[in-house]
Amino acid sequence: MVKEEQEESPNRPDNTAFTQQRLPAWQPILSASIVIPMFVLIGAAFIGVGVALFIASRDIQLQELDYTGDDSAHPCYKCRSSTEKCTCSMTFSIPNLFKGPVFFYYGLTNYFQNQRKYGASKDDNQLYGDLDYFKDPSSSCDPYTLDSRNIPIVPCGALANSMFNDTFSLSHVVNGTQKIVPLNGKGIAWWTDYNVKFRNPSVTPLINAFNGTKKPTNWPKPAYELDTTDVYNNGFINQDFLVWMRRAALPDFRKLYRRITHDDYVNGLPAGNYTLTIEYNYPVYSFNGRKKVVLSNVSWMGGKNDFLGIAYIVVGSMCVVMSIVMLIVYAKFKFAEDD
Amino acid sequence: ANDRAFNQTWQYAKNAIKTSKYNLFSFLPLNLFEQFSRLANAYFLFLLILELIPQISAVPWFTTAVPLIVVLSISGVKDANDDINRHKQDKQVNNHKVKVLIHGEEEKWMNIQVGDIIKVESNQFADLLLLSSSEPLNLIYVETAELDGETNLKVKQALTVTGEMGDNIDDLSAFRGEVRCEPPNNHLDKFKGTLTVDEQQHGLDNDKILLRGCTVRNTEWCFGLVIFAGLDTKLMQNSGRTTFKRTSIDQLMNLLVLCIFGFLATICAIMTVGHAIWEVNEGSTFTAFLPRQSGVDIPLSSFYTFWSYVIVLNTLVPSSLYVSVEMIRLGNSFFIDWDRKMYYPKKDTPAQARTTTLNEELGQIKYIFSDKTGTLTQNIMTFNKCSINGRNYGRNLTPDDNECPLQNMKRVDFTWNQLADPKFVFHDYSLLESVKEGNPEAQAFFRLLALCHTVMSEEKKEGELNYQAQSPDEGALVTAARNFGFVFRSRTPETITVMEMGRKVTYELLAVLDFNNVRKRMSVIVRDPEGKMTLYCKGADTIIYERLHPSCSKLKDVTSTHLNEYAGDGLRTLALAYKDLEESYMERWLQRHQEATTAIEGREDRLDVLYEDIETHLMLLGATAVEDKLQDGVPHTIEQLAKADIKIWVLTGDKQETAENIGYSCNILREEMKEIFVVTANTADKVKEELQNARRKMCPGSAEKPKVIKARAGLFWLQKTQTVQDEKVNGEYGLIINGHSLAYALQEDLELELLRTACMCKTVICCRVTPLQKAQVVELVKKYKQAITLAIGDGANDVSMIKAAHVGVGISGQEGMQAVLSSDFSFAQFRYLQRLLLAHGRWSYIRMCKFLQYFFYKNFSYTLLHFWYGFFCGFSAQTVYDSWFITLYNMVYTATSVLALGLFDQDVNDRWSFRYPQLYSPGQLNMFFSKRTFVQCLIVTTYTSLVLFFIPWAAMQDSVRGDGKDVADYQSFSMLTQTSLMLVVSAQMFLDTHYWTAINQFFLLGSIAAYLAITFTFYSNGLFFMFTSSFPFIGSARNSLNQPNVWLTMFLTCLLCILPTVAYRFLHMLLRPTITDKVGNQNQKPFYCIDPAPAPYRPPPRRVSTRRSSYAFSHSQGYGDLVTSRKFLRLKRRPSLFGRKDSPLVENQPQRYRTITEETKESQT
Repeated sequence: MVKEEQEESPNRPDNTAFTQQRLPAWQPILSASIVIPMFVLIGAAFIGVGVALFIASRDIQLQELDYTGDDSAHPCYKCRSSTEKCTCSMTFSIPNLFKGPVFFYYGLTNYFQNQRKYGASKDDNQLYGDLDYFKDPSSSCDPYTLDSRNIPIVPCGALANSMFNDTFSLSHVVNGTQKIVPLNGKGIAWWTDYNVKFRNPSVTPLINAFNGTKKPTNWPKPAYELDTTDVYNNGFINQDFLVWMRRAALPDFRKLYRRITHDDYVNGLPAGNYTLTIEYNYPVYSFNGRKKVVLSNVSWMGGKNDFLGIAYIVVGSMCVVMSIVMLIVYAKFKFAEDD
Repeated sequence: ANDRAFNQTWQYAKNAIKTSKYNLFSFLPLNLFEQFSRLANAYFLFLLILELIPQISAVPWFTTAVPLIVVLSISGVKDANDDINRHKQDKQVNNHKVKVLIHGEEEKWMNIQVGDIIKVESNQFADLLLLSSSEPLNLIYVETAELDGETNLKVKQALTVTGEMGDNIDDLSAFRGEVRCEPPNNHLDKFKGTLTVDEQQHGLDNDKILLRGCTVRNTEWCFGLVIFAGLDTKLMQNSGRTTFKRTSIDQLMNLLVLCIFGFLATICAIMTVGHAIWEVNEGSTFTAFLPRQSGVDIPLSSFYTFWSYVIVLNTLVPSSLYVSVEMIRLGNSFFIDWDRKMYYPKKDTPAQARTTTLNEELGQIKYIFSDKTGTLTQNIMTFNKCSINGRNYGRNLTPDDNECPLQNMKRVDFTWNQLADPKFVFHDYSLLESVKEGNPEAQAFFRLLALCHTVMSEEKKEGELNYQAQSPDEGALVTAARNFGFVFRSRTPETITVMEMGRKVTYELLAVLDFNNVRKRMSVIVRDPEGKMTLYCKGADTIIYERLHPSCSKLKDVTSTHLNEYAGDGLRTLALAYKDLEESYMERWLQRHQEATTAIEGREDRLDVLYEDIETHLMLLGATAVEDKLQDGVPHTIEQLAKADIKIWVLTGDKQETAENIGYSCNILREEMKEIFVVTANTADKVKEELQNARRKMCPGSAEKPKVIKARAGLFWLQKTQTVQDEKVNGEYGLIINGHSLAYALQEDLELELLRTACMCKTVICCRVTPLQKAQVVELVKKYKQAITLAIGDGANDVSMIKAAHVGVGISGQEGMQAVLSSDFSFAQFRYLQRLLLAHGRWSYIRMCKFLQYFFYKNFSYTLLHFWYGFFCGFSAQTVYDSWFITLYNMVYTATSVLALGLFDQDVNDRWSFRYPQLYSPGQLNMFFSKRTFVQCLIVTTYTSLVLFFIPWAAMQDSVRGDGKDVADYQSFSMLTQTSLMLVVSAQMFLDTHYWTAINQFFLLGSIAAYLAITFTFYSNGLFFMFTSSFPFIGSARNSLNQPNVWLTMFLTCLLCILPTVAYRFLHMLLRPTITDKVGNQNQKPFYCIDPAPAPYRPPPRRVSTRRSSYAFSHSQGYGDLVTSRKFLRLKRRPSLFGRKDSPLVENQPQRYRTITEETKESQT
């Protein structure tokens, strides 16, 4: 036999499992013994995960304050259309201890950070601190590449130009006196954004790098003055700037403003009355946007979002129901066939 | 002639052939041009240009450029490879050495020119004027199977003037002459011209022309003058342009692609309107943050948006679709080439997929049109049984009279006879014993076979006999006689020399009473050395029986039962008889014969009377049964194909009886059929009547007027289709129609009648059909049935049919290559058709359907997300995914696993598909991929894309990371959706794949691994350092994929997409099982896990009817005149050659060439 094969004609196809399509293979089939238990198991697992998610989400505390001021009774109503610097304050009370760490978010709605042209209107090279692009920003930044006198804008682009510039302060009313709650502005951006994606040019002092450039038109102060107190929070690596530059996926979004991690508030905000003071700069009235401040803590699964838990429970229950239906159908038809 | 310098002054076609398309320099521009003239590639080029316009470009240019370049280079490499092969083939043919007599040197084939004289040693030459040959009388024998499909030998004869030169090279080289002839044309049977030698004109006709494509037989050498070369040769002029065949799935795919384009335009229009509305409502108020570019107002920006969405959504029809389809077909074609079970060791021919674009059509065949000779049968006749003096020989009996299967029988040993043909096989020892014992009847029987024929023998070496028979039947009979000790050795016009049991006996041949269609018998009158004169006669039993001596009546009855038995086995029978003649009678008869042959008027009639007179009172010797050997496994294959609901029509040039007989023996016609209608009428009305009668008998309730459903289909619905519905018939019927009737039936007013009747029958046999009619029948079915047809044949006469059918199959390994060359698939044996269709075809079809479904699924799911996202991003043509993901999704992440699906998937293995041929039927009904399944696929993908978008959308609403940082940002959202998409399409792939080979597993897991690896690499710091602006997604993988809620969202999305499909499939299997499922349910275990026992094949029961095909000679008059012709021997003295012009050879030449065009005229009249 072996000999014969050696004498085989070259025209004879090779006898391998591959050429003869006899490759060993696993042939799974949707048999009842697999499908029905699988549905039961998935259903059970989903309900379990769903309940856990739901509880986790329910336990998260959330304090939301809309300060758009479109209602004439609202303290910020006056700032709505003012062009001057305008400050307003809102009070709210926390009934129980707001467990820490507490995160301080600002939120915008109907704001299209995900618009393609808006999102593309930036220059990554410039933000990476490449001085060549300070002088000659990418044309993707249009119409915020050059100002009217053809001086390059740094940071260029609509995204940077529209940076959120309301500022907040929070005070705790303790025994009738306002006690400022210290807000931590560090560690609110992604590590990669802070350390890799955004860089200041290696020029000291930083201001020299910006020679011959202009600040974005909407900005009250240039980039190198964003935080004059801290070199590591200034320029392009200013954390507020970084948070803003990470554009949102959806038109309603919230962004981290500060963390409350200091002093007496390490364990959270104690019950009591609080005052939120807002320096109202950012116009949203024109496009029907809303602004809000959100205080929230987090759980293992992130921020408050009931959807995921509910969805898991619903899908899990549907799996269980489906498995029962399949079992009935299977029993009826399988046994009918056996007869 | 034979003067190159002179000949070159005319511009004759060069003999060099060129089939290659490119050379080294023209390759790139030409190939690129060709590729971009394909619609799909041009479309992507257009997209690429769009992407370069900054106002429109929604994605970076490389998202289209990279796939396009990959696609172009893959097809470019393939084209280049094909072209290199063509170059090689051309070179091989062109450099073929031929002896040219200019300087007596060898010359390359490509350099041969018109006017050269060449020595023909091989079978590849141009159209030649025959000058001289090695054979007597300057004859040469040629086989023209490649030209017209006729396998019998034909004779060509050179002019005497040139023939005189023989093989004298000096003479030939010095030969000067002038040939004037008609310009190149495609008539194979006509040639007109003159040769002027030494101022003397000689007429040239077809008998002196050797056409390219002929095979020279029994001729050692011959010399010829090249008349037409290269493209001017009749063969080349005759080869019709090959039409490019497309599969029905291809057409459907094109249609769907077109629909998808429409769909794309609709979506883009919706997005444009949406954009305009958004711009009015939101965008105009949002200008503080996103100012409009100067000069871009709402209509213009909407216009831009339209094109931007064309770019973003173009992945609905990805560029890789056509390339992937081609690759899958190529792969499946390789599997056909590689299949050992379709390799024929005897001829060393593997199966070959010559066209790599028709694979899936093999899984949808509804009608098979088969040739008979060489396809169903081997075209080998074997002497199988005989009845001598009332004794039946050759049955498969053991010594104690029990039937015994043939395989267990021992072959009769013929080694005692040195002149025996070693290939001859016989199993009945008793016959040999009878002959050896000296049984006079048995000896007379074989003596008759050795004497009464027109075979010519050739003995190149002592003892090595070679018979040249005009029909294979005769050859078989003479060979049988040879092996049983009556060796026909040689013949002269007056004598026949036979070795009788080792003793040399020379008979004097007094007369040959030749065969013709009316006489259906042939006789010889010989005088043995003792002076006894005998007439030996063989012929159709009915004819012989009329002429028997009354004393034979008892023997006649016995022989009759034997004949019936033979006929029942599908053997061709002949009855043999002899008559001793008296000297006085013979003398008178010979004298009359002499008078008759020389008579000028009424020669034929007078001879007929004479023959009738002498062929009476014959003594019956017995009967022979010759088997027209079927190829191995033909009945079984046909039974299997019939079970697979494939209708088989046999279209043959053979006579009705032969065809019918073969029909029975290969199981196409069956005894249990209710009735077999035979249509043989000779007028249109009669044909119509017969067809209608048959139809009414089969289906009395059928409407008189056929229902023709007219519809439009194809691209832009330009194609009109007419469909005749199948009609239900109870019971099985057969239809046999002959060529004359078919010619009428194929006329326009009758073709529907023919089609309806024929399609009601289980079996249709058309006999005596011309090549053109074969094609017409195929076209008829194609036109009205909208079914996939397959034509299978071996000869050049099948070429038209092979080209006309959707799929053409050639039987290779035979001598003629014409059918194979024009076929799409070729293999050596008919029985491989079963494997080609039931295994390869079914697989290819299922694979292609699965592939297309999955491919559309994955791309729709992927692309529609952009549509949903549009509603949330201001219809700004923002892509959901990273542009690198868009670039690589079709090329890398999902390419390999879907290819593996299209190459390796098997729902059941080949053994099961043979066990249950019914598994083939879903393909015929187009069940796995049609417009319906496409719509289903569309619904599923819409659901999938909705889930894929809205679950992450809802889950990420206001969500943050565990450390409070952003996770609802655009980049994380992209990461989340694209990873979910990868999981979903992989899970779907998991569900769709039935046959998990290691390769599938590797590709699927590899795809996911590659996705993760590439994603992490592209989002890494390093690449960002190097190419800052190209990789803006830095860090998003790290920052989102470490979040539990991201993973939980992905699992939810994935399961929500997949579980409904699982549940649906499971319930569908229970509630409405498909054939595949049903087959599975017959077994307790999951059926594809165990191998089936091979289906026992029961040979069909022996027929009991007395249907008899009695005849075995060729169709036309035999060679009788030639063998008795005095001019048969090559005579040394010239003078005797004159007068050759009215040699009977010219008149009696067997079947002439008939061109297709002529047939048309005939069939139309």
